[in-house]
Amino acid sequence: MTQFRRYIPVIAVAIAVIILQVVLSKTGSTYYMTQITMSAFYALVVIGLCLLMGYAGQVSLGHAGFFAIGGYTAAVLTTFNLTAYSNTPVVSLCRSLGLLVQRQDIYGTDILAFSAWPAFAAAILLAIIIAFLIGLPVIRLKGHYMAMATLGFGLIIYRIVLGGRIFGQADGVSNVPPFRIIDGLEVNGRAAFRIESYYIAWFVVLAAMVLAINLVHSRVGRALRSIHENEEAAHSLGVNTYRYKLLVFILSAVFAAIGGVLLTHYNGSIGPSEVTVMKSVRYLVIVAVGGMANLWGALFMGVLLNFLSLRGVFGSYDDAVFAVILIAIMLFAPQGLLRMLNIRKISSLLPRRSNA
Amino acid sequence: MNLPQIVQYCFAGITVGSIYAIVAIGFNIIYNATGIINFAQGEFLILGAMLAITLNHFVALPIAIALSVVITTIVGGLIEIVFIRRARNASVLSLIVITIGISILMREAMLHIWDEKVRSLAYFTGTGVSSITILGAHISPQVLWVLGVSAVIVIGLTPFFRYTLTGRAMRACADDRMAARLCGINDKWMVTLSFMISAAIGALAGCVISPVTQTQYDMGAPLAIKGFTVAIVGGLGNSMAAVVAGLMLGLVEAFTMSQFDVAYKEAVSIVILLLILVLRPSGLFGKREIAAMRSL
Amino acid sequence: MPNGKQILKFAAILFFVFSIAFCRIAFAADTSEIKIGAIFAITGGASNLGSPEAKTGEMLVEKINKEGGVNGKKIKLIIKDSGSKPENAVSLAKQLIDEENVLAIIGPSTSGETMQIKNICQENKTILISCAAAEDIINPVASFVFKVPQSDSDAVRQIYRIMKAKAITKIGVITSNDGYGVAGGKQLANLAAENGITIAFSESYDKQETDLTGILTKVKGKDVQAVVNWSIVPAQSLVAKNMKQIGLDVPLFQSSGFGNIKYVQAGGEAANGTIFPCGRLLVAEELPNDHPQKAVLIGYKNDYESRFKEDASTFGGHTYDALLVLTEAIKKAGSTDTQKVRDALENLKGVIGIAGQFNFSPKNHSGLDMNAYEVLTVKDGKFAIYKN
Repeated sequence: MTQFRRYIPVIAVAIAVIILQVVLSKTGSTYYMTQITMSAFYALVVIGLCLLMGYAGQVSLGHAGFFAIGGYTAAVLTTFNLTAYSNTPVVSLCRSLGLLVQRQDIYGTDILAFSAWPAFAAAILLAIIIAFLIGLPVIRLKGHYMAMATLGFGLIIYRIVLGGRIFGQADGVSNVPPFRIIDGLEVNGRAAFRIESYYIAWFVVLAAMVLAINLVHSRVGRALRSIHENEEAAHSLGVNTYRYKLLVFILSAVFAAIGGVLLTHYNGSIGPSEVTVMKSVRYLVIVAVGGMANLWGALFMGVLLNFLSLRGVFGSYDDAVFAVILIAIMLFAPQGLLRMLNIRKISSLLPRRSNA
Repeated sequence: MNLPQIVQYCFAGITVGSIYAIVAIGFNIIYNATGIINFAQGEFLILGAMLAITLNHFVALPIAIALSVVITTIVGGLIEIVFIRRARNASVLSLIVITIGISILMREAMLHIWDEKVRSLAYFTGTGVSSITILGAHISPQVLWVLGVSAVIVIGLTPFFRYTLTGRAMRACADDRMAARLCGINDKWMVTLSFMISAAIGALAGCVISPVTQTQYDMGAPLAIKGFTVAIVGGLGNSMAAVVAGLMLGLVEAFTMSQFDVAYKEAVSIVILLLILVLRPSGLFGKREIAAMRSL
Repeated sequence: MPNGKQILKFAAILFFVFSIAFCRIAFAADTSEIKIGAIFAITGGASNLGSPEAKTGEMLVEKINKEGGVNGKKIKLIIKDSGSKPENAVSLAKQLIDEENVLAIIGPSTSGETMQIKNICQENKTILISCAAAEDIINPVASFVFKVPQSDSDAVRQIYRIMKAKAITKIGVITSNDGYGVAGGKQLANLAAENGITIAFSESYDKQETDLTGILTKVKGKDVQAVVNWSIVPAQSLVAKNMKQIGLDVPLFQSSGFGNIKYVQAGGEAANGTIFPCGRLLVAEELPNDHPQKAVLIGYKNDYESRFKEDASTFGGHTYDALLVLTEAIKKAGSTDTQKVRDALENLKGVIGIAGQFNFSPKNHSGLDMNAYEVLTVKDGKFAIYKN
């Protein structure tokens, strides 16, 4: 029974999601789903970052970079026209493996490009590889140095997508087709697919949460918490701190990449503005505000803040609002907003915060 | 490349390098006294420049600069008292996050006070077209001002930190806060003072680079990023090293530009930063032990 | 048994849901108004475009409504700030289309944002009148997508025309790495050969670059006869100064983005002699009295400057033109049915705006040609018409 308790919030949120959809449909306001769905995709980045920052205690100022790796890979692979190369061995092989699809773009030209699933797989694979390569040297660094290194990583990705012709340079990649998961189920930004995409998004988010919760409770999670409390002690007890931190880094990168792929298919485009320093900072702000080691807090704040921001509720003060919230929380409620409301702690599910 | 061209590239490198260096000096001060990396340092520069530009409409240039430095210093102190002090027991992570928040807030405030237009301060000597010719290449006199001011600051700060009581008290706080407090040093005010000095240096730096780079409300963050890159490459906390590293980085960028597509210039500095962080985090001139005392 | 924390979360979500639902019920559609949406980059990197665009929008709609509206109905302009971020533009476009049911969307301010919402507007059959200059917006033509600024390709044609007159054949091109600069660079490359121009150097610099002496030194090494810079602020003023400082004494041509006296002031005396194609707004007083645009230009300039206490710029003029052609189309169609308005707009001719005289056609969704540009120069710190 205690095992099952940890999944209760998942079920509660799932029910809330369903109720929300019914309410919106009945009142004819399903268009809110657009921003909610987009926020859900951004929330994937936040969940991963929360694991990294809150549980593994590592800071990352460049996580938008992984979002971009996912999004741009999917975008380029599904829009790059291979018709000119259709006779080369590589392309023929891909075609025979069923990886390619022939379609028409909005101007009517014939395009031969990868279909969504192979592109997705490639994006995730690339994210894992890059996270591994970056993580290897960077995880060893402490505090400020890791912050700077991840900042540098984010900047390099930004420069690459801004400068690369294949990435569309400053205009980014447009005309990205929807993500056909199976026939009849798509992640698609058009109005007709709103409800479908909404459920797919929340399914992915809740799946990610289940994964994250499992991680926190597993051996890896306990190891991470021990690292967070006192790294030297953990190390002396034989905990392989380095390996666990790297694992969480890679996992958080994968979450971010998935968010990137899905949002790109949903919006039909991606641009360099998704990889700016400010974007990475936003993810950081949301995790901090939700409570560094509080997965649900991060998810809730992530969806809420992004939803309001995308709807233009903050107007021209968008960045300022994020900054004010951030400072207020860090000064008055460093454990995050929900903790501050002084709710009796659930159980030993979430680690105690002892400031290092 | 002929000699005038080589010298010209050197000047281009020195121009940007001196700008990076002067940003780095400012934030080494706070780092030295508190161990905090102040992500808002770039905003002090822009604030100083914007204030000076506005004041220059009413008073002469030197007075405008002096006033802007004073105001920015006060702002720096207030920021420390209002935001940083409260977060005294926070982790490194929290502090990074707070200073980022302060940086965004300052930037947005400047946007709403001054709007989005690009401005620049009057040249200290000469105008936008004057230049000094050396070995067939040209350099703007303002760049020499930037170098000069940086030199004065670094030279001025060294005796301050080494010989005056206040300076040594600040170094003591950086070394071991509890011990400093036990010696009767008011560590709270030392931190405030370090912020004020950094803000003052930032404002002065902003004024001197404004004619060269022009000033816009959102220039703080890119300057800050370059500033920390240089500070880390030189060795955190060591201002003299920051100047050397800044000039070196500027020259590397300029010569990269001369041989390759200009677009690679930015990538070069990031790659250098990452290499240093991975291979020698204490910087080119830093001592191995991160906690070691740094003299300016 | 769920604990207090979970109950709170649940309650918060329910509250959130109901407050949204409640808000929705509160507003009903008002059919006596014409709803027009606008997405501008009021903050962010393109704020020097979006800010005057938004101000002009507000000012003009007030004026139109005071004079009785269009076909007897008042206009409601819903302005949203994209923050110069395309993904925000996407979300806001969907909001305007799905929730506000706008007849048309004016803007966005930049080509990057426009390209990302082009499909959305086309698929939802909402008229899009962009304030961005890139040729790609209307080429290939999408039936619901229009733009009102002059094309960057026409600007390049004007520049090359002047160069031919000055016997310049070898040039260096520097562009900023944002969408505007890259598009300009492309047009310069495309049209060079047919105009007898050789581009000896063409590279991009970062739009936030603080010093351009490095890249200009590289240009200097190629012995060019002129330099073309395609960017917006702050690089425009920087180029002029840096060129003089390193002794690169050749004519400087800029893009139409140079159209604001503040850039001239920022450049100081180095800005004198710059040649650039621009709409006639900045030299309105210099035009002969019988010039068809003069009255419109002077009227707009005075209204804007007296109200907002800042110099009028050509960017604000784009909003003016967008609203102008839209309201003319609505009047001509005699209704607010989207398809009818679109058809009217596509065939609108002879409308005199800030950027020029608009003549739309099914193949030309920009309505302007090369003559919408006047070539200007800077003399003694002021704009003047360029005379050879």
